[in-house]
Amino acid sequence: MPTLLIVLAVVVVIVLFYVSIYNGLIKLRNWVEESWAQIDVQLKRRNDLIPNLIETVKGYAKHEKETLAEVIEMRNKLVAMPAGDHQAQMEVSNQITDSLKSIFALSESYPDLKANQNFTELQHELTNTENKIAYARQLYNNTVMKYNTKIQSFPSNIVAGIHHFTKTEMLTTPEEEKSVPKVSFN
Amino acid sequence: MLYEQIAKNKRKTVLVMFSFFVLVMLIGAAIGYANFNSITTGIILAAVLSGFYMLLMISNSTKVVMGLNHATEITSREQAVILWDTVENMAMVAQIPMPKIYIINDPSSNAFATGNSPKNAAVAATTGLLEQLNQEELEGVMAHEVSHIRNYDIRLSTIAVALAAVIALLGNIGTRMLWYGGGRRNSKSDSKDSGGATAILYLVSIVLLILAPIAATMVQMALSRNREYLADASAVELTRNPEGLISALEKISGQERPMKQANSASAALYIENPFKKENRGSLFATHPPTEKRIERLEHM
Repeated sequence: MPTLLIVLAVVVVIVLFYVSIYNGLIKLRNWVEESWAQIDVQLKRRNDLIPNLIETVKGYAKHEKETLAEVIEMRNKLVAMPAGDHQAQMEVSNQITDSLKSIFALSESYPDLKANQNFTELQHELTNTENKIAYARQLYNNTVMKYNTKIQSFPSNIVAGIHHFTKTEMLTTPEEEKSVPKVSFN
Repeated sequence: MLYEQIAKNKRKTVLVMFSFFVLVMLIGAAIGYANFNSITTGIILAAVLSGFYMLLMISNSTKVVMGLNHATEITSREQAVILWDTVENMAMVAQIPMPKIYIINDPSSNAFATGNSPKNAAVAATTGLLEQLNQEELEGVMAHEVSHIRNYDIRLSTIAVALAAVIALLGNIGTRMLWYGGGRRNSKSDSKDSGGATAILYLVSIVLLILAPIAATMVQMALSRNREYLADASAVELTRNPEGLISALEKISGQERPMKQANSASAALYIENPFKKENRGSLFATHPPTEKRIERLEHM
């Protein structure tokens, strides 16, 4: 009789332990999805802002058609992309970031454009969105790292294996963003 | 290390509240003995009053602290676009809900966070801070404040600040009652009693004199300087940019003018001591020396 009770107790403890690990994994996986949603919101917002920017810039910078066409093309490419492949989406997104930078840089040679209020507002909004994308990506990578660590470490790896929790890839950060820009005043 | 700190903060909150309760009972006993010749009456009175006040303080701590520091809440992004965006970004990376944002109209640059949980938290920045810091520096400072929120530093420190204010208030009430109540009793009783009453008067004043620094020490104890280092480290974890926080700390500590409207009980909440005349190295300093903080940031 006591042996039966002990066995029963052990089984109950194991089941409880198993359930709590499983729930922990689910929570982390939801976190990963939620952090991707943060990036996605910003990508969509930027996609909405870009046509406005192009419309504004067009009137002032007639000789920059190629740069503008390039941004639009990449923006449309991102819009058309299937939702699943995060890494590919981010690669296109990084290219958009670069070409937006060059549009803002070329505004330096068009004083009228720079003075346009619509343009300054769009520039501010887009810079803010870029900032948010960078921070959302960092959040995403943090949560992915937590999730992957949980999947790989004992004993949660057993539960993860049974229920097919698979490792998620982190998003790669563009090289230039990894190093903190050093500003010197000489 | 972070989870340990959060657990420790929660434990310490209970400890601080318990010691506060004992302290209030003692004050109640002293007031009751001096005024009504009954320790029990004093204790019951103090328990009821302070229990009520404590609940009010804890549920309203954000408003109380913000009010003490003359901070006004901003409710839309347009009122302070850069600050709003920065706080929003930092809250996102730290995975806490967006805190309320307050602005203090003061040319000296400083900032603090308060509240009783990440869900119910607020950050405040001075107008001087917004004028003097660039984007990266502001991000560093706000990341530091958001880290205080996430680490539950705010719950402990805000309650400690609110309770210290209660003790000061009770001390005030006690001395006033003693002046009037004690005097009335003296006139009714025989002259042989007045010697005892005077002795009690002296005793209680001495006790109250001792209590004020104890309340202050309680705040210090709650706000060990280690949490500042930890919040600095967490801030860098959020921004990945130690330089921003370093140059912000240099700017903030380098300024000459102290804050005009800071409340002394909440000094410990600020990212940098708002009063400039403190002896920095001392045991009771609320903040570690800025040089040491910068040194640690540089080695990250």
